[in-house]
Amino acid sequence: MRSHSPLPRQRGLTAISGALALIILLLIVQIWLLTASLESFLAGHLSVAVPGAIASALIFLACLGLYIFILRVDREVQQD
Amino acid sequence: MKLLGQNREPLWKEEFSVFANDERYVSRRQFAKFLVLTSFGMLVGNVWLLLKSVFLRKEQYPRQAIATVADLAVGQSKTFSYPTADDRCVLIRTGERRYVAFSQKCTHLSCAVYYSRDENALVCPCHKGYFSAQDGSVLQGPPPRPLPRIVLEQVGDALIARGVQVNGGSQS
Repeated sequence: MRSHSPLPRQRGLTAISGALALIILLLIVQIWLLTASLESFLAGHLSVAVPGAIASALIFLACLGLYIFILRVDREVQQD
Repeated sequence: MKLLGQNREPLWKEEFSVFANDERYVSRRQFAKFLVLTSFGMLVGNVWLLLKSVFLRKEQYPRQAIATVADLAVGQSKTFSYPTADDRCVLIRTGERRYVAFSQKCTHLSCAVYYSRDENALVCPCHKGYFSAQDGSVLQGPPPRPLPRIVLEQVGDALIARGVQVNGGSQS
């Protein structure tokens, strides 16, 4: 079994940058989703609101997961 | 400094003891937190739309007398408020026995549209948007959606508004 060792600083930075890029990508999708849901709502297509809200919640959870990942990596790097 | 010992850090370094790398870490973490909060804000927006959709489905529109048959000659129009005093609408007599009514709020940027008898269309003066006087559909210009239509009913000589029909979804 591998022993748990702290992440080297440079690898930690790369991991954090990758996670940030993913969060930004998800945010762009979420902005598009909100815009599309609003447009559909104003056009009277009320049924679009449910899948829109579910997808938005999933994206938020993914962002939250990545944020927790960033905190964890940051903590490990600090131990380095 | 020398009086206190050779190995001691200079005073400026003691006071600004944050390394550049550490500072970058903190700002990235804060940036990530800001992004997640933004994501939460957009989730709130989507949930708000969902709640609005649920309540809009349940919304009951009042029955309201808006005019009598004798009020308008063919080709004439009249404005009224429905369902609230803030929702201005326009009633048009397009034929001997045909009346249509639409919301006056342009679907582009909410300017008030008016009925142009010459062009037989509803015109938005702000950006030259044109809507059909028959069904409220967009004829030309920047409006992205048709005008919401007011559902009418004729009872004797009275014209009664009893609902609002948004493109695709009917609420009455």
